[in-house]
Parts: sequence; C-alpha cells; structure tokens
Amino acid sequence: MRLSMPSDPMRPAPTRVLTRRREVADTWTLELEPGGTAERPFAPGQFNMLYVFGVGEIPISLSGDPASPHRQVHTVRAVGPVSRALAALGPDAAVGVRGPFGQGWPVEAAAGADVVLIAGGLGLAPLRPALYYILSRRARYGRVVLLYGARSPGDILFRRELERWRRRTDLEVRVTVDHAGSDWLGRVGVATNLVPLASFDPGDTVAFVCGPEVMMRFAVAALREAGVDTAAIYLSMERNMKCAIGHCGHCQFGPTFVCKDGPVLSFERIRGLLSRKEI
Amino acid sequence: MGKTSDAALITRVGVQRLIEVLTARGYQVIGPTVRNGAIGYDAIAGIGDFPVGWTDEQDGGHYRLRRRDDAAFFGYAVGPHSWKRYLHPPRLRLWRAQRSGDEMRIIDEDDEPPRYAFIGVRACELNAIAIQDKVFLGGPYVDPHYRSRREAIFTVAVNCAVAGGTCFCASMGTGPKVEAGFDLALTEIVHDGEHRFLVEPGTDFGAQVLAELPYRPAPPADIDTARAIVERTAQSMGREMPATDVPALLRRNLEHSRWDDVAERCLTCGNCTMVCPTCFCTSVEDETDLSGTMATRTRRWDSCFTMDFSYIHGGSVRSSTRARYRQWMTHKLSTWVEQFGTSGCVGCGRCISWCPVGIDITEEVRVLHEDECDGDDS
Repeated sequence: MRLSMPSDPMRPAPTRVLTRRREVADTWTLELEPGGTAERPFAPGQFNMLYVFGVGEIPISLSGDPASPHRQVHTVRAVGPVSRALAALGPDAAVGVRGPFGQGWPVEAAAGADVVLIAGGLGLAPLRPALYYILSRRARYGRVVLLYGARSPGDILFRRELERWRRRTDLEVRVTVDHAGSDWLGRVGVATNLVPLASFDPGDTVAFVCGPEVMMRFAVAALREAGVDTAAIYLSMERNMKCAIGHCGHCQFGPTFVCKDGPVLSFERIRGLLSRKEI
Repeated sequence: MGKTSDAALITRVGVQRLIEVLTARGYQVIGPTVRNGAIGYDAIAGIGDFPVGWTDEQDGGHYRLRRRDDAAFFGYAVGPHSWKRYLHPPRLRLWRAQRSGDEMRIIDEDDEPPRYAFIGVRACELNAIAIQDKVFLGGPYVDPHYRSRREAIFTVAVNCAVAGGTCFCASMGTGPKVEAGFDLALTEIVHDGEHRFLVEPGTDFGAQVLAELPYRPAPPADIDTARAIVERTAQSMGREMPATDVPALLRRNLEHSRWDDVAERCLTCGNCTMVCPTCFCTSVEDETDLSGTMATRTRRWDSCFTMDFSYIHGGSVRSSTRARYRQWMTHKLSTWVEQFGTSGCVGCGRCISWCPVGIDITEEVRVLHEDECDGDDS
C-alpha cells in the first residue's frame, strides 16, 4: 500500500464530526475537524466536497467564520441520499473532506461600498461567512444590509444569530417568509420585496445574492430597479458536481464551470445565460 | 515534424520489428485490430493482429468493414475506439476507504500506471490527445491518473491514406497530415512496388527506436509519394465543417428552432459522447463490500445526454432532449473554445457514424449557418 498521493485532488482527507446541531426541521449544521491539517483556510462563499463512507460525496458550502479555519462549519439540508446520510452523522463520526474549492464572494473588492446580501432559504448559509468577514472589519464598509426570505417562520435558519444581528445598529436585517400562521408578526412575501425597503446607496453598492435560481433572477431585477449597477451584482450558482476541479463536466453553465469559475459569479459574466431555460 | 533528411523507409518486417522493440522496452503495444466487426484498439503482438486488407465504409449512422484489394495495415479511417480509453479509462478505481468504528482510512491505488505504445494514431487523434491534455493537465488541478499514463506513452502516428465517409479533419485544421505530438510518424505506401512505410521521427527517442529497426534512407521519390498520399486524402473528406466562426454562430442561435428539429431525431443514447475522442465527462460511483467496512470509489465515463448528469435537488437542469443535444454540441464547438482555447472537435466523424439515427454535427452547423445567410439576403 502506497502512502497518500497528496497531489491527487480527488482524494478526500479523512476527518470527523465535532458537533452537530439541528437548525430547522430538515437542516443541520455540522462542525468538522479540518482533516489532515490544523487549519483549512477558506474564503467566504467557497465549498468543500464532503464524503460519507460508502454513500457518496456532495458539495457543501462553508457556513462558518473564515477567521476560524480550524473548524469547518457546514449547514446541510437533508434532501438527497448523501445529504441525509451527512446530516445523520453524530459527533466523532468519520467523514471525508476535499477543499475548499471555488471562487467566493468579492468581499475585499466590496470594501468602501455599501453591501447588500440577499438570501433565500438555505442560501443564507454560503452568505454567512461573508457577513462574518464584513462584520469583523465593519469600519471598512458602508451600510450593510441582510435581506432574508424563508419558506415559513419554522424554516428560518440561524434564528438566534439573526436576532443578535437585528439588534446591531450598524447592520440592517430584514426577514420575510413565504407563508406563516397568525402568530407571525413579521413580513410575509418573497425576499426580493425587501429590496425597496432597505437603505443603501444604489450608486455605490455591491450585492451578494444566494438562493434558488428563480429567486436570484427576481433579486437581480429588484436590484436593477433600485438602481444598482449590474456589474456590482454577484450570484452563487448551484449545479451538479462530481469533482469540484473542472474535470467531470457536470457543473457547466455555458462556458463557466460552476465549481472552479464559481460558485460565485458576477451577474455580468452569466447574464446571457441566466434568462435562458435548461442551460 | 521530423526533418526530411531523417526520413527512413521500412518494410512490413520493420513494422513487426518496431512492435518487438517497443515490447522489449517494456511497453504494452496497443494498435488497431478487428474486433466485433469493427476496427478497434487493443493489445498487439505482431503485424498479424492489424486489420490487414480491411477498410471501413462510413456514413451517417453507418459503419461496415470492407475488404480492400491489397494488404494495407492502415487502410481504414477510424473506428469506434479512441486512445482516450487508455489515457482516460472508461472505468477507473480512484481509491478505497476502510472503516473501523469511527475511524476511516483512505487506501490509495498502488498499481504502477501502464506504459503504452500506441501504433496507428491519426492526426485527428493526436489533436484529440492535445485537447484532453488541456482539460486534465492545463488547469489549476491536474489529474494524476491521466498524467501518469500520458507521460509514459510512445506514439507511432500514421498519416491517413484514405478519408472516411464522415471525416472532416481537413476543415477543422486537425489533419490528415500529422504535425506534432508523435515519436514516429508512418506513411504507408501500399502500391507502386513493395509494401513499405515512410518513417519520420518526431522526437529524439523516436529516432533512437528507429535506429533499432532495419531501415534504409528514404528515396526522394518515396517522400514525394507519401506527401501526395496525404494530399489526396485531404481532398477526399466525406464531410466538411462550414467555414465560418462556428463558436459565435452557436452563441447567436441558442434558441433556434433547429434544436427542436434535432430533438425529434436524437435518442439521447450518448453514443456520440462515448466515441468522441475529446469528450471527457465522468461521474463517480461509491459502493461498499458486504461487510460494510470497505468502500470503493470508481470514476466512469458519463454523458451529458443522461438526465442524471445535470440533476440537482428539484430536478434535472436539462430535462429536454433539445437542451441536452444543445449542451453537447455547443460545448463541443463553442464554449470549449472559451474554456480551453481550442475547439473540442477534431473532425474524426465518429459521432456521425456511430449515431444510430445519423445526426451529423456538420449538417446541423450548416443549417444554422445557411439560415443566417438566407436572413442576410432577404
């Protein structure tokens, strides 16, 4: 048996689950050891490939603080065979990790400008590291706005953290849900309806959008309506991925490989494709 | 291309000797041979394994072997196989994982990568290998499995003496004359005297191997004959890619009604992707043994024509036949250029011959092109 081939980007590093926390009914946050190294530094918006023994491997965004690369935090919605197996792993369970992969949010380039983050559903998870990054360097940014839409009050991710963020005076947080019972005192409607309510300077704003594709299309329309330059809008795309290194071909979105050119892509780069069906 | 003065002449005995020399140097010699009614690539022990006296008749959805009236070794175009099945195997075990309790260990594959000598590599195929080099070696990540196989190959190229009915390398600028990327290049001269082969070394190593063969300097007349053979092949291509900016043409026509027309014919079988020498897409399979302690990860060729290929939670991104054919063709001819700086098509014609309904990539481009030209006229 030969020792590991460190140059093989398809080889996962074995690691283990540190903690597991239920966020909402079908969504769990797993904290992993970095695997084979003391730290696995990542940029906000990047993802890891997580392997469950014998079941398979899927891309999962890093949802933790990039300032803590010794903890790999992933928020997983249990919807498929691998994500269900992953979400079921308890502390100390073995898991394989490859990564981090991909291009993240342009948090450095956004310094000096207002930043609007628009999240739909689980899309809040890949945006959270960007918010951590910005809040830890708060003085370098203008106004910062988080607009978040969930399906129902019971589906709101990171609820306690959102409450904490809401209390900050240097961060505008607005939450809406698609549908709710009479005990919900907040807004009902889609996340993009929040854009006209938020206060930011459209002429000097960078927008980060992550959610279902249809939601992102509407978010882009709302941002443009508000006067945000399309060159300042970034989206995180989702496609099938098997390798994360641009070799398997599955994640192609026109000429872009979502795994290595994205997942965060500027709207300018994909605008001709986003409006087409089945690209 | 080897210098003309280096050109040598060998006979059939010299080709036999070439196989023996390469075998003695530790290569697994792979070459053309008749298998299941087609000329495929497989292990070769001697010249008797070549498709001696066979040629192939090809057209849209059509491939038949036919007898030639001579004993040519390389008197055919290309078959369903390409060299990617050796450099980028159809199935490859990547690693295994062993679990005991909460511990997991990754077990790497320790097999020595095979050392292949390829005999009979055509110009289109050399270009296909160069294209896969860009995919697997040219980006930020390198595929170590491809690299170890690729770096070890010895390549004996062959200039095409016949063009197949679906060949269009001349219009893609990828043949039929081999230009680069070989150790030795052969041109088979089967008429006008003795059955012989002009040999041109492309590397110093190729020249060393040539020196071990019974050869004589090539007479100028044979060099001229060899050149004429390739020129004649270039003039007899069965197909032609329209001479226009194809990448831009496809970008302009993503919603053309022709895609619906193709969808009426396409069976989404994926044959075109399997026979294509540049199609590189793969999927992975994970399985465990019966004890549940050993898991295996296998990489296998995949096709953008399957529904699974683009599946994400909620459904397949490309569920219609129209979208899947469009993805394959626009990737091959258009977005590939943006990704890798080259077209993904080398004009070998395999996708035309092996399409069960004879969909012709050159014809689909021609329809889009002529439709635009008509639009300009009106």
